[in-house]
Amino acid sequence: MPAVAVRPLAAIRKWIGRWGLIVALLALPVYYGIRDLVHGYSSGFVNGHAVINHDLTQLGFNLVSGVSNGSIWALIAMGYTLVYGIIELINFAHGDVFMIGSFVAVGIYASFGLTATTGAFGLIGGLLVTLIVSMLVCGSLNVLIERVAYRPLRGAPKLAPLITAVGFSFILQNVGLLWKGGSPVGVPDLINQNKTVFKISGVIIHRADVLAIAVTVPLVFALTWFIGRTRAGRAMRATAQDPEAARLMGINVNSTISLTFLLGGMLAGAAGLVYALYETNVWYFQGFEAGLIAFTAAVMGGIGNVRGAVLGGIIIGCIQQLSDSRLGPQWTPAVVFGYLILVMVLRPRGLLGEETREAG
Amino acid sequence: MSDGERPPDAERQPDAERQPGEVRSEVSVHKGQAPEREGVTRAQQAKEPAAALGPGQFTAQMREWGTSFERRFPWWSRAVATVLIVFAILLPFLFTQTSGFLNATIISLAYVVMALGLNIVVGFAGLLDLGYVAFYALGAYSVGWFGSGFFFNEHIHVGASHIQNTLPGIHLNFLLIVICAVVIAALAGIIIGLPTLRLRSDYIAIVTLAFGEIVRVFAINGQSIQLGGGQTLTAGNLGIPAVDLPYFPVIGSFNLLKLRPWYWLILALMFVVLFVNLRLRDSRLGRAWVALREDEVAAVSMGIPAVRTKLLAYAIGATFGGISGAFLGAYFTTVNAGQFAFSFSIFVLAMIIVGGLGSIWGAVLGALLLSYTNYYLIPDVFNDIPTKIGLNFNLTQLSFGIFGFLLVLVMVLRPQGLFPERRRRLELTGEVAAEDAQLVESQTAV
Repeated sequence: MPAVAVRPLAAIRKWIGRWGLIVALLALPVYYGIRDLVHGYSSGFVNGHAVINHDLTQLGFNLVSGVSNGSIWALIAMGYTLVYGIIELINFAHGDVFMIGSFVAVGIYASFGLTATTGAFGLIGGLLVTLIVSMLVCGSLNVLIERVAYRPLRGAPKLAPLITAVGFSFILQNVGLLWKGGSPVGVPDLINQNKTVFKISGVIIHRADVLAIAVTVPLVFALTWFIGRTRAGRAMRATAQDPEAARLMGINVNSTISLTFLLGGMLAGAAGLVYALYETNVWYFQGFEAGLIAFTAAVMGGIGNVRGAVLGGIIIGCIQQLSDSRLGPQWTPAVVFGYLILVMVLRPRGLLGEETREAG
Repeated sequence: MSDGERPPDAERQPDAERQPGEVRSEVSVHKGQAPEREGVTRAQQAKEPAAALGPGQFTAQMREWGTSFERRFPWWSRAVATVLIVFAILLPFLFTQTSGFLNATIISLAYVVMALGLNIVVGFAGLLDLGYVAFYALGAYSVGWFGSGFFFNEHIHVGASHIQNTLPGIHLNFLLIVICAVVIAALAGIIIGLPTLRLRSDYIAIVTLAFGEIVRVFAINGQSIQLGGGQTLTAGNLGIPAVDLPYFPVIGSFNLLKLRPWYWLILALMFVVLFVNLRLRDSRLGRAWVALREDEVAAVSMGIPAVRTKLLAYAIGATFGGISGAFLGAYFTTVNAGQFAFSFSIFVLAMIIVGGLGSIWGAVLGALLLSYTNYYLIPDVFNDIPTKIGLNFNLTQLSFGIFGFLLVLVMVLRPQGLFPERRRRLELTGEVAAEDAQLVESQTAV
């Protein structure tokens, strides 16, 4: 009888709807945590014998580097989500703006003469200047792209700006290719990124982790403050909700959109510097790969939502690290995208997503 | 482009003639008939009167069809179509068997087939698909799996040439491989479609993108997936080598030094796909796709089964990708995981958007334009220009950038695409667009 058969199914469905997402997100760390505790893992060789540990140190290490790596994705993902929120465009050129940011940052600190032997004071000062310059360059580049490629297409069919975005992505990639050549270029390891800063119950925290988090957290707070508390931020939110009504209220829609692109580009520029110091190499294709991951993060968090983008970036960073160290890096993209599909099936609007305006 | 310059197509059907068909279809929606059954009922209508009512009725029916056909395609449009088809068939005789232009044309026609498939999903049904490369991969791998010595433990030969019959592995006739590719791609299309059913447009884009990437990762790492007896799923970046050249009983085996048969093969496949596309667009299913694209809630409340209609769009779109993938796999004679990058999906998407989303002739034109630019103009024609004007650099370094610049230029100059769909053009010139334009104007004025 259908009435009898449906009831347990409905209960299961309800349960999956409420807990499925949490179970899915925790499955990977919990599974590997239990495996580490029960079977142990090898943490190196002493006198030719593998040392087998039965603790959660490796899992903790994966999660720490996941969070720091994910905070770079979060910086890029915020740019995607801001632009999507305001003009409903998947800005494919954004990842390549980030790549240009990396190149600019590397170029600037090389011209300052910063090397790994520069003193701490000079280093921090120089890097701060580099950060600001590369943020400004990427912000202006993003505004320029908006002016040339997206503004003329307002009111055009919805997918037309997508193609100009792809076009600009190709152009920027070509610029990167001509600038640094076709293979990854090593950059000086200025901050000595593998040096241990401190240890929490065996989990080593490197300088690179500290750097990534130290740049990302203030920027995230600054951005949420800007969007939430300032007049321009309120104009951005109003334009995102309803451009026409915003215009009637006296908001200059075009300059608000330009401002959004400026902010997105600045975050990408900051991510560019952090990425160069974190990975200690840059190449023209990094923007494409990072853009894909950051876009996935933005969608996973609920596209259009800044906090969602940060959460998505950090979750994807953790998944990547777990998969890199347990399954092998060659399977990582499949694991990340598999997770994305799972999240989309269980929560079609993304983790923190809400109803966005349908494009007219 | 004005109306008179458009090539002949079924869009020219006068509205007065369309109405009866549409009224009938609405009635049958209320009866709850499946949309794809329309073909069956029409065929029955065609056969039954002839059998039951005698020859007089039959000739009258035929005459009616003849006049409707003539009204639909006036003499000049049929003449232009005939000339174009004859020209397309005779084209390879203008070039040598190994010419670079013929090679570019063959690849371009394969891209036309892909673009027509993606146009069904994105253009007709409005489901933004960024993972179309998955179907190219599956089509190409059906050639690799069923038309080479890759599965060396098997000995299966169906309709293969004498030489192939002596080799280990699975060797099927090319047409059978195309059928395998169609089945595999259609199933994959449905699997990709299922999780996207509840999602809104841009979330569909990322989920399809995710599937495309997962297929690529499996293609690259397939080497480490054991299928038993030392056989693996794919050959990864090394590629499955020495894929069978197509063989047909009377014509013989194809040859990479003679490109004309390849051209005719892909031309024939392209015509079949084009015909299916034109018929689908005017069918009940085609109208259901457009209805879902324009307003899903309204379409569903009019009785269109959303799930089945969307899945059919994914499956049929995937089918064409599979066909084209199978052809390209055989033409390149190797199936290499490196071919299946995300940028491929973007390339095909750019074709249909540059052509004019939802327009069949736009998809054909866009595909020809972009693939000729990429495979012929930039590497073969433009490449000499710097040296001719005395500059010493190679243009291939700039091919990316030139391509991107052209994309931006075309879209900024013609945002609606080169050949916009008739319905969309009406929207763009009609009231809706006027309002939007006003809004945009006042926005830029502020």
